[in-house]
Amino acid sequence: MNLDQALDTFVNESRELLADMEEALLNIEHTADRADAVNAIFRAAHTIKGSAGLFGLDHIVDFTHVVESVLERVREGAVGVDGELVALMLACNDCIGRLVEQTAGGGEPEADLREQARELLGRLSAYMPQAQAPVQAQAQARGDDGGRDAAAASDSDHWHISLRFHEGVLRNGMDPLSFLRYLQRLGRITGVACHTGRLPALADMDPEACYLGFEIGLDSSADKATIESTFEFVMDDCAIRIMPPRSRVSEYVGLIGDLGEEPSLLGEMLVHCGSLTRHELDEALVTQRKAQSLAPLGEILIEQQCVAEPVVAAALSKQRQVKEQKAQEGQSIRIDAAKLDHLIDLVGELITAAAGASLAAARSGNAELQESNSQVEALVESVRHSTLQLRMVKIGATFNRFRRVVHDVSRALGKDIGLVVRGEDTELDKTVVEKIGDPLTHLVRNAMDHGIESAGQRVACGKPAHGTITLNARHDSGHIVIEVSDDGGGLDRERILAKAQEKGLIDGGRDLSDAEVYKLIFEPGFSTAPQVTDLSGRGVGMDVVRRNIEALRGSVQVASRLGEGTTVTVRLPLTLAIIDGFQVGVGRSRFVLPLDMVDECVAYTAEGGQNYMDLRGKVLPFIRLREMFDLPGTPAARENIVVVHNGGQRIGLVVDTLLGETQVVIKPLSRLFAHLRGIAGSSILGSGEVALIVDVPALMAQAAESSQEHSSEAGGPQFSTSSPETGRGQAPRVG
Amino acid sequence: MNHVSTLRLEGELTIYCAQETRQQLQQALAGMDTHAAPTLEIDLSGVVEADTAGMQLLLAARRQAQALGGEVALKDCSPAVAEVMALLGLAPYFDAQGAAGQIFGQEAS
Repeated sequence: MNLDQALDTFVNESRELLADMEEALLNIEHTADRADAVNAIFRAAHTIKGSAGLFGLDHIVDFTHVVESVLERVREGAVGVDGELVALMLACNDCIGRLVEQTAGGGEPEADLREQARELLGRLSAYMPQAQAPVQAQAQARGDDGGRDAAAASDSDHWHISLRFHEGVLRNGMDPLSFLRYLQRLGRITGVACHTGRLPALADMDPEACYLGFEIGLDSSADKATIESTFEFVMDDCAIRIMPPRSRVSEYVGLIGDLGEEPSLLGEMLVHCGSLTRHELDEALVTQRKAQSLAPLGEILIEQQCVAEPVVAAALSKQRQVKEQKAQEGQSIRIDAAKLDHLIDLVGELITAAAGASLAAARSGNAELQESNSQVEALVESVRHSTLQLRMVKIGATFNRFRRVVHDVSRALGKDIGLVVRGEDTELDKTVVEKIGDPLTHLVRNAMDHGIESAGQRVACGKPAHGTITLNARHDSGHIVIEVSDDGGGLDRERILAKAQEKGLIDGGRDLSDAEVYKLIFEPGFSTAPQVTDLSGRGVGMDVVRRNIEALRGSVQVASRLGEGTTVTVRLPLTLAIIDGFQVGVGRSRFVLPLDMVDECVAYTAEGGQNYMDLRGKVLPFIRLREMFDLPGTPAARENIVVVHNGGQRIGLVVDTLLGETQVVIKPLSRLFAHLRGIAGSSILGSGEVALIVDVPALMAQAAESSQEHSSEAGGPQFSTSSPETGRGQAPRVG
Repeated sequence: MNHVSTLRLEGELTIYCAQETRQQLQQALAGMDTHAAPTLEIDLSGVVEADTAGMQLLLAARRQAQALGGEVALKDCSPAVAEVMALLGLAPYFDAQGAAGQIFGQEAS
């Protein structure tokens, strides 16, 4: 792994850690057991700091260090967790994220980021005792504690670390130097003494093996786990003993005895490190000699084991964590999205080619060829399914992002709003997930800003002061349905109508259904908010939301009850690349209907002139595709109706022939045809013919509009586009 | 000091050239006159990079010289060497700057 790759890994890992940190921060106010969450946050900050240190990214290290110090105090219980601190930490989380993005490549942070970091550091310092003097303050506190048994405790108030490296450590690419350098970041190294006892003569040594050991005195406010984590990477390659500040002298005696090296020499080293005074050492050595004469390797060693136990246990659990992590990593791999897209393109071509092959096989009349072709087709179908599955991601990650949005916005608005997430395991195509983020953000913000009332109003209406936004996802016949609901005041029909008339969006006096009225909020330039806040009214309106969703072949609907809340329902196709289609023919043109929307096919039995029929006792309106797309030729003697549904509505499409199920790869129409309504895309059939994919929801909307506008006219709905040349969809005739 | 011979090490004093450095040190030590309390002076002014493995070689050379009744002295440590020596707490082993800092000079060997 070269340095660039290592840096990439660092950036990716930092992103993940920051996401974990954010989640823990958002959860912390609602969990009973905060210790775990605090630890998770601390671990994230600490790991980023540590990795950044390895790359020499000082901006990140310096900033994260202060964040970590404050978290440390939270962990100690010296600072309580409140909304203020959570908001500050979230801001720090963002700042670290930006620092990582901007400086990982070795660059300098931009001026505004530096400014932001400075401001955050200022706010953080408020959580540090006596204007950023953690070391002294803690030393002071320890001094008070330790005063009671001062006689037994060493006078030193720093950590003592005893390291014995195994021979392989250098060959494994670790140099004790780097750990010493890192320790300097944790605090001041008061002294280092090097053990050379195991070093053989020059002639006998392996120059690439490590024979050294070190005694290190470290004056630091970091805790044991932090210090220990410095050595995380060499846990297997060295023996570590970490002694806390003010360890009892007898524990140092234990250390001296345990290491089994020349006691006086080791003692000198401890003095050199400042961990023991000479007087303490002399006493200790006397104690040790006494102990040895009474019970060789007796009490002292037992005591040593007690001392060593936590360190050993910690080391073991750390190794276990690392192993578990590795196991988890083994279960998933990261793939460049572009490679995946390429694969899907190829699968698309494969489907077209396979369809062509089976068509040719059918023509040849060779039974064996047809048999093997049908096997190939079945396999291609599985491959397509698996490939698309690769792109499927759970929507949970997207939903969880909104916890942050809701948290921040509710603070900004001064409203007490919580987020409830349902159906987070619902899967959908990655490209759809990426594109749905912005519209959803807008819907959520809108619901918080305009939907949910202020706490005072809510209480006055007899509702709980705590407002709730609900995000819900579920699958529905090849689509994913995402609902954004709030339990706010609901849409005010009269106000919307008044506003729409004022803006000239509708004529006065027309009777509109509730759904039609609510739809008006998606019109460009429509906003009922009495005052424009900094959250909404920033030029991105609901009309943009609708446009974005429609660009994804989706639709959006609103349901609302005054005083009870509003639900915005977004329907999106699961995937944008390949669909199961139902092929129909009109004259010589081929059309494909999304199979998920097809309910049934019935023979055309209506009398001429009418555009509805009786389907088992229910009225079924229908559209003649021949008229809709102005196709030449006369209808066949026996026409068929394909019954399609979308969003709770059913409609019939009159076609000449039914050609059966087919898989089609959607090719977007060229921009020349982008304004065409009723056609979602094109596809190349196995025979080489071009088929147009019918945009059923658009067709339905069109039918609904034109049935209102031309209710007196007989015949099918017409395109309302202005230019006659481009307005009419001409189905290409091939062959 | 009776017999002083000088060895100049240059470039890297790291694990990457540890084998070569050991040979150089071995040859220098083999050339010493063991009857005359010889001193091997190692000139480190030209060392641009040093690590633990490199320092360990110097320690081993010193140990071998002492076994022969001689001594190893470091001369003109470059900043890179001085930094690593300070970090690893090796100053007491080498009378590098002429200071009498030999706390562990009498270690058992």
